[in-house]
Amino acid sequence: MPFDMELEAVLRPTQYPMPPYPPKVVTLANGKKMVIRQAEREDVPEILKSVHPCLFIERDYYNIVSARLYGELLAWYYYRAKSPYCLIGQVDGYLVGAVNGRMENEKVGMSYHTLAIDRGLRIGSHLFAAKMEYHLEYLGQEEVLIVAESPIGFRRWMIEYPLEPTTIPHELGGGDSYRLTREIYEKAKPRLVVGDRPVPPDLWEINTREILFADEKAIQEKIAGLKGR
Amino acid sequence: MRDVAIIGAGMIQFGRRDEDTLLDMLSYASLKALDDAGLGDKTVNAVYVGNMGQGILQHQSSIASSLVDRLSLLPAAADTVENGPASGGSAIKNGLLAVASGYYDYVLVVGGEKMREVTGWRATDFVATMTHPQAEYPYGITLPGMAGMFTRLYMEKYGVTREMLVAVAIKNQAMGGLNPYAHVEMAIDKEGIFDSPHAVVNNPMGADPLHLYDMCPVSDGAAAVVLCSLEAAKKLKKPPVLIAGFGQATDTHTLQEREDPTDLKAVTLAAQQAFEMAKLKPSDISVAELHDAFTILEIAESEHVGFFKKGEGGKAVLAGKTKLGGQIPINVSGGLKARGHPVGGTGVAQVVDIVWQLRHELPKERQVKNAQNGLTVNFGGFGNNVTAFVLRRVEQ
Repeated sequence: MPFDMELEAVLRPTQYPMPPYPPKVVTLANGKKMVIRQAEREDVPEILKSVHPCLFIERDYYNIVSARLYGELLAWYYYRAKSPYCLIGQVDGYLVGAVNGRMENEKVGMSYHTLAIDRGLRIGSHLFAAKMEYHLEYLGQEEVLIVAESPIGFRRWMIEYPLEPTTIPHELGGGDSYRLTREIYEKAKPRLVVGDRPVPPDLWEINTREILFADEKAIQEKIAGLKGR
Repeated sequence: MRDVAIIGAGMIQFGRRDEDTLLDMLSYASLKALDDAGLGDKTVNAVYVGNMGQGILQHQSSIASSLVDRLSLLPAAADTVENGPASGGSAIKNGLLAVASGYYDYVLVVGGEKMREVTGWRATDFVATMTHPQAEYPYGITLPGMAGMFTRLYMEKYGVTREMLVAVAIKNQAMGGLNPYAHVEMAIDKEGIFDSPHAVVNNPMGADPLHLYDMCPVSDGAAAVVLCSLEAAKKLKKPPVLIAGFGQATDTHTLQEREDPTDLKAVTLAAQQAFEMAKLKPSDISVAELHDAFTILEIAESEHVGFFKKGEGGKAVLAGKTKLGGQIPINVSGGLKARGHPVGGTGVAQVVDIVWQLRHELPKERQVKNAQNGLTVNFGGFGNNVTAFVLRRVEQ
């Protein structure tokens, strides 16, 4: 795709410096180890392969969440987002979930989406917690703005933390905005934020060698399968 | 009174079935059971439907009348039977009595529930409508809340530990993973839900001391059986399964009125009646389906029906005595914990699973070797209305 570098300089937002998210490993309910790590911009095309099948799943609003995530990842890939990031969860190399967000400014984080591809293991909870951990503990921000687009998200974030309603609008639009303050985070942390660091070398090697993907049918079955865990 | 046999059994996969109405699910399960029975040119005279909440959850009543019409079974008699989570067991009892008395020759009994159409909160509230309307419900009690208090007392009195509860969850989810009809097919691991510090997220507290994996899922699903006299059943192709014993007992509506809230008297009495009628004792049972809506209930019921002495049920789980191949395999289907719990359907599903066991037609990873007698316990309310069946394999 041809592009003009002078115009690109205008279209590409300046970025805040963003320290990396230190990877961690979480033991899931089935005993498997999920590595949570920061994706590189170059990983986006591969991640999109797992997001794509979710675009066609109505159940639990996967279509809305994955469509928005798809666009947000493309915006990152084409340098159209300001200070974005994406954390991914992998088990045995396979992508099992992704979360993303960005820095609104140095003090405020903007949470975007949480997509759990393997369900019933609280992967979404672990990834969302990692996202909050990133904003509060590593980006050094004071609060994160959050909005829910599904009943599951509302239950998991607004009620389980619990988040605080705010009149500051979230850039995704939609329903009422909520925020995670440092105080709320510190209170929730012992019961919601877990993980071990550093990631053992063997696990790191398996999960960074290549991002593996279940095929489209398998992903759709996992999310929208009859059993619907 | 005639001896009554089960000649057909059918079940649909439990889980979240967005695409099906309750009537659809009841119909699918019924057709499977009718096909299985192979009645030929005969038809059923009556249909009993076990259902707890269609009127509340889907604003539809008289579901049995709808079902007979949908199945083209008119003018068969049709009744909906409501007894909370023991609706399925009570529906089978009605079918049993109707055939035993000689009034009807062939009866279809089906149980089912559609619960996933509403949020988990509303489903929990719906189930809580069975609590006492003045003494319990207004104070916010839910069934998980009652089970939590019961568990705490049981732990204190009988030394049950969380490790024992976790062992029940792991055993039943492992079996659910092998059951194509199960709602939860995911095996879980002790490290992930108990030992690891990460378990605080994976297995959060639900109702102290019960955690997420101590509780059954909220499910859609249905199961059905066809009953007739043993004499008529012997003329059919498949080996009939005799309803050798039945029992039902009640207890106080509120838990606090019980002399000892850890004593599940209705479970003991219902099981005793069923054993007496069958002329069997607990040690004669090859396989049991107990109502493990909460892990503690599997342990407590295994003691109350007489498989183990009080205080020994939890130890038995840890020792592997209740797993497939153990002294008394319990909930080989995965139980409510993994097969799922569409409340009105559970009592029938338990019987269907035992029928399959006694016919020796399950794959070997789920089949209790040479199973001859089975027990089901269907627990209504919080143990205030319980049904129990003893089923026996009949050699052709």
